[in-house]
Amino acid sequence: MTASSLAVRMNGIHKSFGPVRANRGASLEVGTREIHALVGENGAGKSTLMRLLAGLYAPDAGTIEIATPSGEMRDVTGWSTADAIKAGVGMVHQHFMLVRTLTVAENVVLGREPVRGAMLDVARALRDVKALGEQYGLRVEPERLVGELSVGEAQRVEILKTLFRGARILILDEPTAVLSPLEVKELWGVLRRLRDDGATIVLITHKLDEVMDISDRITVMRHGETVARMETRDATPDVIAKAMVGREVALMGTRNEERGSAVDTATSSALVPRSSLSVDTLVVMNRGLRAVDKVSLSVAPGEILGIAGVEGNGQTELIEAIAGLRTVAEGTIRLGDRDVTNASVRARTEAGLAHIPEDRHRRGLVLDYSVADNLILGDQHKYARGARSVWALDDARIGANAQDEIRRFDIRPPESALPARSLSGGNQQKIVIAREMGGSYDVLLASQPTRGVDVGAIEFIHAQIRAAREAGKAILLVSAELSEILALADRVAVMYGGRIVATLPRREATEERLGPLMTGATDTTRPAA
Amino acid sequence: MTEIAAFIAQTIRIAIPYLFAASGGVVAERAGVVSLTLEGFMLTGAFAATLGSFYSGSPWIGVLCGIGGGLLFGLIHAVASIRYRADQIVTGIAINLLAVGLTRFFLLMAFDSSSNSPRVPGFGITGDAASLTGALLRNPLVWLGLMAIPAVAWLVHYTPFGLRVRAVGEHPAAAETLGVPVKRVRYLAVALSGILAGLGGVYLALDQHQFTDSMTAGRGFIALAAIIFGRWEPVRAGLACLLFAAAETLQIQLQGMQGIPSQFVQMIPYVLTIVAVGGFVARSTPPAALGKTED
Amino acid sequence: MTTTIARRRVEEALLPPLVALLVALVVGDILIILVGQSPSAVFRLMLSGTWGNWYGFGQVLYKATTLICTGLAVSVALRAGLFNIGGEGQLAAGGFAAAVMGLALPPGTPGVVAIPVCIAAALAAGGLVGAIPGVMKARFGAHEVIVTIMLNFIVLAFLNWIVASHLHVPETLHTPEMRAGTVARLMEWVSPFHGSAVNASLFIAIIAATLVGWMLFRTRAGYELRAVGLQPDAAEYGGVRVGTVWIRTFLIAGALAGLGGINYVLGYKHYYEEGFGGGAGFLGIAVALVGRNHPLGVIIAAFLFATLSQGGLAIHALVPKQMVEVLQGVVILAVAAAVPEVRRLVSGARGGVAA
Repeated sequence: MTASSLAVRMNGIHKSFGPVRANRGASLEVGTREIHALVGENGAGKSTLMRLLAGLYAPDAGTIEIATPSGEMRDVTGWSTADAIKAGVGMVHQHFMLVRTLTVAENVVLGREPVRGAMLDVARALRDVKALGEQYGLRVEPERLVGELSVGEAQRVEILKTLFRGARILILDEPTAVLSPLEVKELWGVLRRLRDDGATIVLITHKLDEVMDISDRITVMRHGETVARMETRDATPDVIAKAMVGREVALMGTRNEERGSAVDTATSSALVPRSSLSVDTLVVMNRGLRAVDKVSLSVAPGEILGIAGVEGNGQTELIEAIAGLRTVAEGTIRLGDRDVTNASVRARTEAGLAHIPEDRHRRGLVLDYSVADNLILGDQHKYARGARSVWALDDARIGANAQDEIRRFDIRPPESALPARSLSGGNQQKIVIAREMGGSYDVLLASQPTRGVDVGAIEFIHAQIRAAREAGKAILLVSAELSEILALADRVAVMYGGRIVATLPRREATEERLGPLMTGATDTTRPAA
Repeated sequence: MTEIAAFIAQTIRIAIPYLFAASGGVVAERAGVVSLTLEGFMLTGAFAATLGSFYSGSPWIGVLCGIGGGLLFGLIHAVASIRYRADQIVTGIAINLLAVGLTRFFLLMAFDSSSNSPRVPGFGITGDAASLTGALLRNPLVWLGLMAIPAVAWLVHYTPFGLRVRAVGEHPAAAETLGVPVKRVRYLAVALSGILAGLGGVYLALDQHQFTDSMTAGRGFIALAAIIFGRWEPVRAGLACLLFAAAETLQIQLQGMQGIPSQFVQMIPYVLTIVAVGGFVARSTPPAALGKTED
Repeated sequence: MTTTIARRRVEEALLPPLVALLVALVVGDILIILVGQSPSAVFRLMLSGTWGNWYGFGQVLYKATTLICTGLAVSVALRAGLFNIGGEGQLAAGGFAAAVMGLALPPGTPGVVAIPVCIAAALAAGGLVGAIPGVMKARFGAHEVIVTIMLNFIVLAFLNWIVASHLHVPETLHTPEMRAGTVARLMEWVSPFHGSAVNASLFIAIIAATLVGWMLFRTRAGYELRAVGLQPDAAEYGGVRVGTVWIRTFLIAGALAGLGGINYVLGYKHYYEEGFGGGAGFLGIAVALVGRNHPLGVIIAAFLFATLSQGGLAIHALVPKQMVEVLQGVVILAVAAAVPEVRRLVSGARGGVAA
């Protein structure tokens, strides 16, 4: 790659958010007319690096350069979003930045409105947006309200927004996380057309099949650093994966097979053990759509059922429905023999359900409460001093419980009076784990149990989950990390479009087989769930 | 026929302050800033207009002063809630208290009275009911008030500024990423609401040819009720103002007859608003970012 | 580390009110100079007219009593993440119910029976008015700010109608005097308070504040209430029925504001009169804000606002008493603006605590 064909050069980028060091010396070079894949595991610092490029933050250290139209590199370190837009850098965020109550055209032209006299030139806005969409194959009706669009359509509006502003460098942050396979194909078509038209595209992703499919060059990030750079045609998924995780990725294919086989026999034989959790033809609605569509599953004592799938395919709604946080439209949920379909959260807890929620900052913790108070959340009624529910809480017992769980789960710093907010992500998650797994329960819902925690905590949490299985707990595990599912689960169910499209015993669940299932391809060898 | 004409004239007379305040409030609310302040804006507008009209002898100077008074309070509200990210509900209540206190303080200072100002020049002559229609027609503020809602509807729906107002009130972060100056849009929207609500107060004071203590008497809240009942749409809010004013007119004209107590007529705007936010008829959904003060 | 966090919390709580007082002092000075008086003389007079003599002090205590109740009514709701602007209506309803109960009781009912019954009536009526926005929010998703504002007007108009059409003493706007249930004025026990309206309701208000503090910070109900206020999703996850807590909290808040009504009705005039609250419901928002939603802070803030209000009367010879209304507005505005600013400064100055 010669310097003259460069579009972006980022060098020695450092960026911290409080105690979190998102980028530590990352560097990136992207050429013109190329689709560049920026890959890495969750939390590797990809989004942060690209937000720096788009001017959303300023780096703590390092330089950012952009090619001028004449091909020279211009230092733009620390520029603003407005500057970035002006220079032709556009970013499509993972969470859409769209105004739901405005039309497609209004969203696109916002901030750069065509005018006729003092008035907004609505006709021209509609015309321009329509023409732009046709030019790049981004099908969308400009007069529709954004709130009524599908996710795929909304994403097209986001891309149109950047193109309308003349973006020549387009950044897409995990664009396929929410798309159907057909929509992904369409997106690839659009991106190729843009590239052939002279644009530069940076694609943030952690999906290797996408990287191989669409990109021209690849930069791999790990722990805030850029660790590898390669041409896609020279790369293999194995090489990329190795660079992403920093070690041989054999763990993805193997696990304690000897144990897996025992469970496989159990599930395939007539001697099905009494299940601790059983869900039958469950339907859960979200915003008028069937987010969970006739899902049936059961988890036996001493078994981990892993649910794999692209995020947003109904996993959240499924778990929340089982936990009692969402209304069930149809179907039943049983804990042991007990029908808890319409039971309260507390009744389910008392029936033996524990729940590690996917978002500890929103659900799992009251961040301003102390560690000790967080360790009784959900059990607060058991810590009353008197028999009546409104009576005073028993501080001595709350303190003793905290000391015990802080010690057993190695929560640091070991100070029960600190607000949960002041702990690191890993230790915050340990509070949740300690509370949910420290007491008595039969069924555990573990949703993204290691999201955003450091490596040491991941190992600790995995060990806890394995120990719970050995102790005969029934565990339903949801994770966006396929490697986590494969490392822990005895059986793997794949969710797509609100349905469970396949359930495989662990030894049949290979990444090659799960990958297509997760993106909606039908599996010819589908065993019953 | 004359009864109908008198009814319409009286309705418009009552509605003008509501129309001014609601047209201002709807812009601020659509930009995401809570308009509990309308009452205070109106009161300062009324007082400033009285001062201006009294000392200059010209109601037009009064109008200008009233605009200035509303604008000043609008800017105080804007600085507190936009620059300092203060809770907009709390600042709203403070603005209203401040307006009552300051107008009382300066009423005493300027006119040595704790209840009312001397008579000041206004537009036209008010008095007997027969000439009410004529007096209304000669009052430029009536025309201005009737135009306020259409003008604001046009502003919100057909201009670039209006598009930005709507975007900023729904999803400020999205607007920000497109380079829309969110704070500036909000400042302008709140300033405009101060001016328009101030004009509502000007109309009141000049119509009565004097300022009396707390003369707005909850009209700012009726305007707010109209905005909510009108589901944050300028035209619907304007119609709600007319509806509320018509109910009051009816109550005045039926006075003397035994029937519905006046207190129950007074409740109408408030009950309708509660019904509207409860979603019993058609749900009123506020702009998504209304009252939110995020960093 | 724990002490650093504790200190930061104290700074966050105390700095905004102090900043606000400073700003109010400056604005006050400007207004005083505008009238051609000396600020120091005016403020000296304000102090001597309030805390400086028994009568003035008694009036401060009297005014603080209602404000403690309405301040608590706002604080409790805010702790659950709810904005209660309905203090005016709740206060009026409470006072009205107490007065009507006092009328309905047979003459000569002993105080031990009559007073609790009248207080219960005030609590119930305030709670009833308070519960409406709670139910509206929990069941229909109606925003409580809008409902409470609108409800104020509705309740006041409704009470106005009942009194005007059925209950008033001819030629007046108030109900007849109660036959039973009045509480003693402090001057009956401490003679220097002579002439001052301060009465035993003060102790009831302080007991209420103590109970609220106990409930908020030491009971399961308070644990759940605060969790709902901080993170409703986490509370729901923790088995708390958020809607039920909203309704319960509004009920408590309304009852507290309603309790404020006994100060005027049971302790002072012994009848209900239109507008007796004199804006104490709205001022409760200021009290809660300055008192940082803590019962002890509410008591202190209530004394502050009562002092301002009584002080206005004391300085009237030099400066129009309306000055204090301006200062009240300035204090609220300044606290509201200072809270987010101080939070940013306090947390920004030291960065993250534990990595």
